[in-house]
Amino acid sequence: MKKIITFAAILSLMLATVVGCGKTDSKTVSTDGSTSMEKVIGALGEAFEENNSGVTFTYNPTGSGSGITAVSEGRCDIGLSSRNLKKEEKAQGLTETVLALDGIAIIVNPENPVNDLDIETIGKIYMGEITNWKDIGGNDQEIVLIGREAGSGTRDGFESITGTEDACKYRQELTSTGDVITTVAGNPAAIGYASLASVNETVKALSVGGIAATEETVKDGSYVVQRLFVLVTKDSTKLSGAAQDFFDYITSPEANEIISSAGEVPINK
Amino acid sequence: MKNKKRLMEKVIHGIFLILGLITVGCVLLITVYLVISGIPAIRKIGVFQFLFGGKWASTAAKPQYGILPFILTSIYGTAGAIVVGVPIGFMTAVYLAKIAPLKVKTVIETAVSLLAGIPSVVYGLVGMMVLVPGIRIAFHIPDGASLFAAIIVLAIMILPSIIKVSLTALEAVPKEYEDASFALGATPIETYFKVSVPAAKSGIAAAVVLGVGRAVGEAMAIMMVAGNAPNMPKLFQSVRFLTTAVASEMSYAADGSLQKQALFSIALVLFLFIMLINAVLNFFLKSHNKEL
Repeated sequence: MKKIITFAAILSLMLATVVGCGKTDSKTVSTDGSTSMEKVIGALGEAFEENNSGVTFTYNPTGSGSGITAVSEGRCDIGLSSRNLKKEEKAQGLTETVLALDGIAIIVNPENPVNDLDIETIGKIYMGEITNWKDIGGNDQEIVLIGREAGSGTRDGFESITGTEDACKYRQELTSTGDVITTVAGNPAAIGYASLASVNETVKALSVGGIAATEETVKDGSYVVQRLFVLVTKDSTKLSGAAQDFFDYITSPEANEIISSAGEVPINK
Repeated sequence: MKNKKRLMEKVIHGIFLILGLITVGCVLLITVYLVISGIPAIRKIGVFQFLFGGKWASTAAKPQYGILPFILTSIYGTAGAIVVGVPIGFMTAVYLAKIAPLKVKTVIETAVSLLAGIPSVVYGLVGMMVLVPGIRIAFHIPDGASLFAAIIVLAIMILPSIIKVSLTALEAVPKEYEDASFALGATPIETYFKVSVPAAKSGIAAAVVLGVGRAVGEAMAIMMVAGNAPNMPKLFQSVRFLTTAVASEMSYAADGSLQKQALFSIALVLFLFIMLINAVLNFFLKSHNKEL
């Protein structure tokens, strides 16, 4: 008899764990879109949840295109895009609000004597037209192209700025910014790209057209390998109370510190 | 009282049945899910184009979904790992089973067990930090991330299963066989290779198939050393395996896109691959059991 009771107790416990999850909360803010914005939007969401108890923040990392689609179909409150809206998208009644700027650093091994490349040369390197470092003032070594996997926001941004869409002859396609940095740090002939926020002292960030990648040069636009982080909203639907609060909060100067510590350049004053 | 006991027995039987069915349910769920989500993309792309297409460019303006490079890479990589790993593993097993003094055997067996317990991401990390730069310097090539690096990592990863299963098979060979061979004047080495090994051959074959299974299914470690560019396999070229093709693009593929569906199709192909290997493994294990 005792055993039966024990079993029953165990079973009911097991059931309880299954049923236990799943609560409803009307105060939610849902965001959907760019994977590159994960770090910054995650930090902002956390801070917002801390200040407003009872509000649930969600972020669905699907990519800029999917995020824009989601907001226009009303499946989320705010869409996240790491590129500007296209004309057709604006014609559908969508509005963009710039949240921050993101610099993409072009990185090489610290042993590499090359310090500066212009944007055309970077494009030529990635399309395989220049294959040896000696042609651009480096050592006599074959250039090893390190990139990100298809679909990555950083890859998207890099390829559209350098005009190398679908034409890059990658030697390695790695799945994270950290892997790109580790690989470039370990190979004197490698070149790669990574979000400026993640670059550390194991690699050397090249200046592009004579302009070093820093927060200031990204902000004033002189460093060209950069992109926008944009919030997308739908004109015809009014944001819910919580979502409007969130929107106001992250576009206010209050959020600047969080944006900076996530490695991006805030633009709202 | 007796009735109560009987009822108790039945209840317990029922509970165990349910627990057993959970496993079966999981297998069925995964199979059905993979088939349902893997078929649409294959239909859209075309079976022939999908399996034998030579170019994978899933996010290009004109996407192409050919997985032949991945299939060939998986086959070459696994075959390479077997070619490198099996001789080492097999010889180790023979040494441990027949020749090694007890103390040496204990030390080596402990080391092998430890090797089996190392998580694959650690293999990948060490491979990325040590092996890949090592290959670059040793072979004077621009970059060490290649099929070769993946083969080395896989060969080391399959060693434990090959050694352990072969060892069990060799130790199960009846001592009388060997004694008879010695009595006929054969040297120990002759005896081990002409009597013990043939007697244990189905077990050793099972070890090889087990190694193949492990190598085909591995993703994490080789993702970190193989370079992941979707090239046709060459020894010192950056390559992408079936497993890494799924793993590397899954997180960014948009829901409902053909790209995501195609990734499920790759998973389905991989699943069928591994099913086939399991079937072969079972076949060997069964014939092995009959012999003993």
